[in-house]
Amino acid sequence: MTEEIKEILFTEHEEYMINMGPQHPSTHGVLRFEVFLKGEVVTRLVPHCGYIHRGIEKMCEKDTYPQIIHLTDRMDYFSAHMNNEAVCLCVENALQVEVPERVKYIRTILAELGRLASHQLWWCAFGMDLGALTTFFYGLRDREKILDIFEESFGSRLLHSFITPGGLMHDVHPNFQNRIKEFIKYFRKKLPEYDQLLTGNIIFQNRTKGIGQLSKEDAIAYGITGPSGRGSGFSCDIRKKYPYSAYPYVQFEEKLSEVGDTFSRYKLRIDEMWESMKIIEQLVDNIPEGDYTAKMKAVLRLPEGEYFQKVETARGELGVYIVSDGNKYPYRIKFRTPNFSNLFIMNKLASGGKIADLVAISGSLDLIIPDIDR
Amino acid sequence: MTSVIYDFTPLTQSIDQFLTKNLSQGWALTIELVIIGLVFLLFYAVIGLYLVLAERRVCAFMQNRLGPNRVGPGGFFQTIADLIKLLLKELIPIRRADKFLFNLAPFIVIIASFMAIAAIPFAKGLHAIDFNIGIFYVIAVSSLGVVGILIAGWSSNSKYSLIGAMRSGAQIVSYELSVGLSLLTIVIFAGSMQLSEVIQSQADGWWIWKGHIPAVVAFLVFMIASTAETNRGPFDLAEAESELTAGFHTEYSGIKFAFFFLAEYMNMFIVASFAATMFFGGWMPLHIGGWDTFNHIMDYIPPIIWYFGKTALMIYLIMWFKWTFPRLRIDQLLTLEWKYLLPINLVNIIIVAFISWKHWHF
Repeated sequence: MTEEIKEILFTEHEEYMINMGPQHPSTHGVLRFEVFLKGEVVTRLVPHCGYIHRGIEKMCEKDTYPQIIHLTDRMDYFSAHMNNEAVCLCVENALQVEVPERVKYIRTILAELGRLASHQLWWCAFGMDLGALTTFFYGLRDREKILDIFEESFGSRLLHSFITPGGLMHDVHPNFQNRIKEFIKYFRKKLPEYDQLLTGNIIFQNRTKGIGQLSKEDAIAYGITGPSGRGSGFSCDIRKKYPYSAYPYVQFEEKLSEVGDTFSRYKLRIDEMWESMKIIEQLVDNIPEGDYTAKMKAVLRLPEGEYFQKVETARGELGVYIVSDGNKYPYRIKFRTPNFSNLFIMNKLASGGKIADLVAISGSLDLIIPDIDR
Repeated sequence: MTSVIYDFTPLTQSIDQFLTKNLSQGWALTIELVIIGLVFLLFYAVIGLYLVLAERRVCAFMQNRLGPNRVGPGGFFQTIADLIKLLLKELIPIRRADKFLFNLAPFIVIIASFMAIAAIPFAKGLHAIDFNIGIFYVIAVSSLGVVGILIAGWSSNSKYSLIGAMRSGAQIVSYELSVGLSLLTIVIFAGSMQLSEVIQSQADGWWIWKGHIPAVVAFLVFMIASTAETNRGPFDLAEAESELTAGFHTEYSGIKFAFFFLAEYMNMFIVASFAATMFFGGWMPLHIGGWDTFNHIMDYIPPIIWYFGKTALMIYLIMWFKWTFPRLRIDQLLTLEWKYLLPINLVNIIIVAFISWKHWHF
């Protein structure tokens, strides 16, 4: 047998490809991985995105700034508040509008509540990915309470579009503060349950510890931000580095972990939930009285120039880059979404692992597909 | 001292006598076989359907939900409605699938579990075949199911199915060892492979109490290994919803899928009833050696209730595993068997043999 034939027989033919997605339970949407396998071992993988590309950036070019808010909801729908806030802050900076203190406080509380809800849902789905089906209902039980608060104040549960350039759409419900305080009290008791159900489980630890090792250098090189990047020790919390809204007024820790495996990314999100609760507790009692919006013109025209603003969403750094030619529509708008950058580390992390590891890793990166494709 | 109050032997004997009196030997036997077959078919369907309902209610209970509660009182007819839906569904033909094997696979899986039921003693005298090698027969027959799973994975022309089937092959072949060895400990204690004698040997106490710690160890190993053998969570790697969508039965639809589904639940029932029979005395009421009055009172509870009660408890235990634990990875699964369960089991068997030889058990 010549070397050539040997190579064909034992290398090329041993490797086979399966399509994971666009419809697959663990890609959480229409993402497709082209996975090359040798038996159970993943040799390499090619992510294909674009199945839910809606051209949000292009659509923004024909919308006025208050209209753009409604499109940003549809990117990372679990961080709807934070997406709204990014655009609003960018527009406000460009127009040099100072928003009332009350607005800053409420925006920050909403962002942190959104982060809590997002991490809760991530926890549900991560458990599901690993085969622990009960986590899903534990997480949803608590997320429901946050969504009820949202519903009461602005009538929608997922896509709020509540934050507008200059302030808020309208004032929050009178019950707002009480409901949040009740929820924090409730969730402080329930969060340890998450650890009892999943974190301490020996099977869970074996499935996640040492899997998908991401080094700090790689995290920086690939632009992995958010909890996924901080799980590798990359200090990238925009809330700390470039504080916006009410974040300068609160005390909180930027959680970091040096390990960089799937378990550290998991643990970090659980820790972040505690931090979020701390932030909300500091703010909720001190919401100042005042207007819910600054005085804004009926038609917003940004002065000619380029504007950039970044915020920390539940999944990492969201950057909004607006080029304006002085018109009421942006000339060009670009979103630097966290999931798009986080996705492309998949090949590096999952290669050499098993199929089950691939699922665990993609779960731990917490990918939201509409945010990747936009 | 045995329970003689509820004995089914006179009933079955009277049917036998009635038939042989009126018919020739051959016809009588044929009719008896048909009756037993029909009874088992009915039993199989009913138990399968209600295990599915039970699982849905149990998991709902564990997940802060209500579960099916709309069709009939407490969702009692939910699974029957589901069955009708599955019966009416289209059987989707798979392009370039091996048609013969593709159609054959569900039947092999279901036959394997059907054959195992024949050896289960439900009550005194309510026992289709009382082999003298009953345990050997059940171990042999229940491992036939893996052939069906492998065929299903191979013939459906899908890589997901194939991966699932190969996982399942490795898993079932490995865990078969632990199941066999842990049952063997009780065989050593009881001194017989005949199921009726194993039960009779527990007349003054169940083996889980009488057999010291080795019986408890064997029971734990049996529960782990048999959960793996029935492809249920946390060992459901062959289906692994989040990894392989549905594993070996990805391509099956309608009633063929229902066959796999039913067989999975029946395997769970068989495994649970064996755990109850071998370790908890099967239909034998709770007897404590020496406490005659207590034993006599216990005898008034019919053995069929004892049997189903114990089996239901075991089934609940297996469901509890599934709805609590995350899934293992394939290499961890095989490590657990070959590096932990099997050595534990082998050592356990030696200890049991020693105890049995010295007559240290009660």
